[in-house]
Formats: sequence, C-alpha cells, structure tokens
Amino acid sequence: MSWKFSEKNEKKFQELLKRYPKKDSLALPALWMIQEQDGWICKNAMVFLAKKLDKSPMDIYSIASFYTMFHFEPIGKYHIQLCKTLSCRLRGSENIKKHIENRLGIKAGESTEDMKFTISEVECLGSCGTAPCVCINDDYIQNSTPEMLDKILDKLK
Amino acid sequence: MIKKIESKNFEIENAHSLHVAKQHGRYSSLERLFSMSSEEVLDEVDKSGLRGKGGGGAPTGGKWRLIPNPSDKPTYLIVNADESEPGTFKDRQILEYDPHLLLEGIICSSYAIKAHHAYIYIRGEYAFWAKRLQEAIDEAYSEGIIGKTILGHDYELDITLHRGAGAYICGEKSALVESLEGKRGHPRLKPQQKEPEWFFGCPSVVNNVETISSVPYIIKEGFVAYRAYGTEKSPGTMLFGMSGHIQNPGVYEIQFGESMSEFIDKIGGGVKDGKKLKAIIPGGSSTHVLRADEIEDITLDYESLRAHGSSLGTGGMILMDETVFMPDVVKNLFEFYHHESCGQCTPCREGVGWSDKLMGKILDGNGTKKDLDTLIDLSFILNGKTICVFAPSVAYIIDSYISKFKDEFYSLVK
Ligand SMILES: Cc1cc2nc3c(=O)[nH]c(=O)nc-3n(C[C@H](O)[C@H](O)[C@H](O)COP(=O)(O)O)c2cc1C
Ligand code: SF4
Ligand code: FES
Repeated sequence: MSWKFSEKNEKKFQELLKRYPKKDSLALPALWMIQEQDGWICKNAMVFLAKKLDKSPMDIYSIASFYTMFHFEPIGKYHIQLCKTLSCRLRGSENIKKHIENRLGIKAGESTEDMKFTISEVECLGSCGTAPCVCINDDYIQNSTPEMLDKILDKLK
Repeated sequence: MIKKIESKNFEIENAHSLHVAKQHGRYSSLERLFSMSSEEVLDEVDKSGLRGKGGGGAPTGGKWRLIPNPSDKPTYLIVNADESEPGTFKDRQILEYDPHLLLEGIICSSYAIKAHHAYIYIRGEYAFWAKRLQEAIDEAYSEGIIGKTILGHDYELDITLHRGAGAYICGEKSALVESLEGKRGHPRLKPQQKEPEWFFGCPSVVNNVETISSVPYIIKEGFVAYRAYGTEKSPGTMLFGMSGHIQNPGVYEIQFGESMSEFIDKIGGGVKDGKKLKAIIPGGSSTHVLRADEIEDITLDYESLRAHGSSLGTGGMILMDETVFMPDVVKNLFEFYHHESCGQCTPCREGVGWSDKLMGKILDGNGTKKDLDTLIDLSFILNGKTICVFAPSVAYIIDSYISKFKDEFYSLVK
C-alpha cells in the first residue's frame, strides 16, 4: 500500500530541496513528480508527500486540490483540453467542441470507456492569437480545425 | 510603427539557443552592468521610467527601492510567467524565441536588488515553454553565465524555474508568492503602506517576464536611449497582442503612444473578413470594454486609456465584430471568473457565481428587469470589498458592458 518516488524522482526531490529557503516550496514540484510518475495523484502518494514535507495528508490534499491540473483519479491516456474562453470562442471553439464530442462519443468532463481519451473544457491557455486552441497532454494545437484534430487523433494509439 | 527592442531576435532562427543568442547581443549588457554599483543600476532604471508590463504599469525602479537597503535578510527576485489573463499571450513569445533575454534581464535586475536567487513562476499549461526555458537555464549554468560567478564577475546567482498547476489567480503577485511557498494561491491582504512582497519573510520583488526583459536594453544603451521611444509618462515599447476578430492576430512590439485604430488597421490588417468593428477589450479581459466609436482618439499608453475610462492592462486586445452579441460575451467572461475565484472572500466567491447564474437565466429567456437590476447591484457588492482586485474586475465588466450595450441586455428581459 505504501507509495514512493521512483529513484529518479527521489534524486530530483533531494536536489530541489537545496534550491528553496524552506522545503514547503516543494509541494507543487513534488505533486508534479507524483503525477508524472503515475498519471494521477493517489491518497497513498499524498500520505508519502505529507511525511516528506512534515505536513498532514489533509494539508497536502488541501493544497493540491486548489490547482486544476492535478487529478485525483485516473484520467484517459490522452487528455484533450478545449479552451472555451473569449478569444477562442470568437474563433470557433464551440465547433471544435462539438466535433470532438461527436467523434469520441463522450461529453466534456468524461472519459472514453477504454480510458484512452478524456475531454475537459479549460479556461484561456494563453494562445489567444492562435485561437482556437486545444491542448492534448502537453502539446498545444494552435489555429485548430476539425480536420487538423482528426489527423492528430487518428495517429494516437 | 513596429519598434523592435525586446523582439529584436524573435525572427532569428534558433535564437533560443545560447550560441546563437550570444551572436545576436545576448548578455552584452553585463559588461556595463558590472561596471556600475547596484545603486547606479537602480538609478538608471528609475530614470528610464520603465513601467511594469504585467498589467498594473507600476514604475519598476520604485518597486525595487521598496527592498530595504541594506537588508539583513536575503532578497529574492520572482518573475511572473503565469500569463493567464484572457487575451494575453506575449510573455510566451519571449520564452519561446529569446529565453536568454529573460535570463539576462534577471541577472541585471537581481544585481540591482542584491538578490542571489531568482525564481520564475510559470503557468502549468506552458509545458513546452517551461522546457525551453529550463534548457536555456541549464545552458547558462554550464557556460558560467549564472551560478557561482557571472561570466567571471564576482556575483553569485541561481535561477530556479517553478511550475504552477492551473490557477489564474496565481498571477496576482501575493497569491503567486503564497503558491511559491507551497500553499494554495490565495492573495494576501494588502498592507497600508507600500511594501515589498515577502517570500518566507524575506523582502522580494515580483515582476512580469516582459518587464524584466526590458532591463538589458536600458542597462546597455542607457535610459536616454529607452526614453527615445514612447511618451513622457509611458516611455519605451511594449508587446501588444491582438486576438478575436482581427485579420492578422499576433503579438507586435510598438512604442507607447501610437494610435490604437492605426495599429488595428495597419498592423492587424483590420477586422477579420472586412466586417465592422463593434467593441474592443484593450488589455486583457479585466479591462473596461470600449465601443468602436470610442477608440478614435485613443493612443496606446497608460494615460490615454485611463482618460477614456479603461486601462492599458497587459496590452492584450480582444476585438469583436458587428455579429457579436454582448450578453454572450459577458456570460463567457463570468464563467471564467466564476471558475477562477480563489474563494477567500464571500462577495467574490458567492457574487461572481450569482452573476454567472443570473446571466445564464437572462440568456435563457427567463430573466426579468429585476434580475438585471440585481446584477447591477451585485457590481456594487463586488467592488472595493475584497482582498484583491479580482472581484472589482468583475464589477467593471457588469458596469461597462451593461451601460455601453444597454439595449442588448434589456432586449432579453421582460
Ligand atoms: C487577478 C490578477 C491576475 C494577474 N495575473 C498576472 C499574470 O498572469 N502575469 C503577470 O505578470 N501579472 C499578473 N498580475 C499582476 C501582478 O499582480 C503584478 O502586478 C505583476 O506581476 C507585477 O509585475 P510588473 O510590475 O512587472 O508588471 C495579475 C494581477 C491580478 C490582480
Ligand atoms: S477577490 Fe476573489 S480572487 Fe481575490 S482574494 Fe477575494 S475571493 Fe480570492
Ligand atoms: S482564449 Fe483560448 S487561448 Fe486565450
């Protein structure tokens, strides 16, 4: 049941400790490492991190849950994030949303049964000049069109 | 119209790599920097009139002088790369095309405030840009540009990149510091008098990416050269963005004081598909909307926009053509603010949610005149009663859109 960092992450954690006046600052970097390791953040990982930072598991959850990019249950292998804020909206983000929802047969906020895809609607991605913007995992798809997204999704295994 | 100071290297191939960056002038301000004392650097930046480019336009030199000198505690420079204000996408251009410009600016600015560690807080979604910036930092370390000495000059400086994880409010400077301390990103109560930010109780400065990236030019060429651009009160240049219904969306560097409508027509290529302009949000979604007929005399500087009842903000303009229905825009913005409220203050947490719900009801055709009145009353509740200026921004949205496009809102209610 216990959870721990991979060797690589443990090393990275130790190095980061030297870069901040107090170890409290490591909350976000460590949560990122957990999420990169597992794809999401489980309770055991939060218990593990709490020990490392001399906090209670509840402290860690209260911090982590403030930030929308952390997931507390598994999500699809490919996380499709659709920007819905004004500049994207003015350039057709609603069409993009309809297209993706139809193609995958799920609504924003849901995952496909095989856990390959999750769709989320998100706020401004800082890509307003190349709207509409979609972000799949870490990659921005800028000036996106249904055809472009089809091509990309076709290739995802 | 275009004046390339910060964006000078944007179109040079591979200018993000140290080798190419150096060939094009990066780190060439350091020689003059280290011939000056910290005090002289502060003076130079003061005299340049440089103003913060993160939205507020506060004089940068004045802000740096809030750091006690001498300070009995370590001081820190914290760079704000959270860039989440809708309509704003300028800082990422620097991170993508010329990250060494930012690092050079960090060296100059840290030296001025005697900081030996600088943190860059970058929004979590900017994974690509974080990677690019980390590569630049690693290169700078390995070439002895940062670390124990700066290119042999006796000054120690570390730079650490810190990733956020999706929270607009962490762009607010005190929330950013809270987040950097490993907490929820809750803005802090503002002190009575001007003070530095406090990072674990140590005096610190928070500056925007573009502000810091403006410093090397000032150090290298001197404040007079910087003041040759812009206006008396808004000196220099800024990266202005255009998005929405514009023919050529993008980020363009121009000097302050240029005509807004000329900028839109000449550089932006006018409204998309030859349609008519209806409205424009001048500097990120938190600034007051302007009707097309209001912009004729506006010049792009802090004073002119203030005089026209709005503000320059981040310089990220959102243009809307004649087909746009303003109540839809307001609903879209309310959803953003509803989602992003940090939840500390009751008027904000509840008030923004109510505004969003009321607007939804009105748009669904179930609203009454009384609902619109309630919405206008909410603006009073949201303004001036909260810890940070997030809630007042929502009040400005209610006030400016409803008063300027009254008919559209009243056409929806019984
Ligand atoms: C709600 C809110 C969000 C903000 N977001 C950002 C941001 O994303 N980036 C930024 O540089 N400044 C942002 N600011 C402004 C910062 O609080 C701060 O004034 C700025 O980083 C200071 O840098 P400057 O003086 O160099 O402009 C925000 C302010 C508020 C109230
Ligand atoms: S005004 Fe809103 S965002 Fe700002 S501190 Fe209060 S609740 Fe948080
Ligand atoms: S509005 Fe979609 S990226 Fe800014």
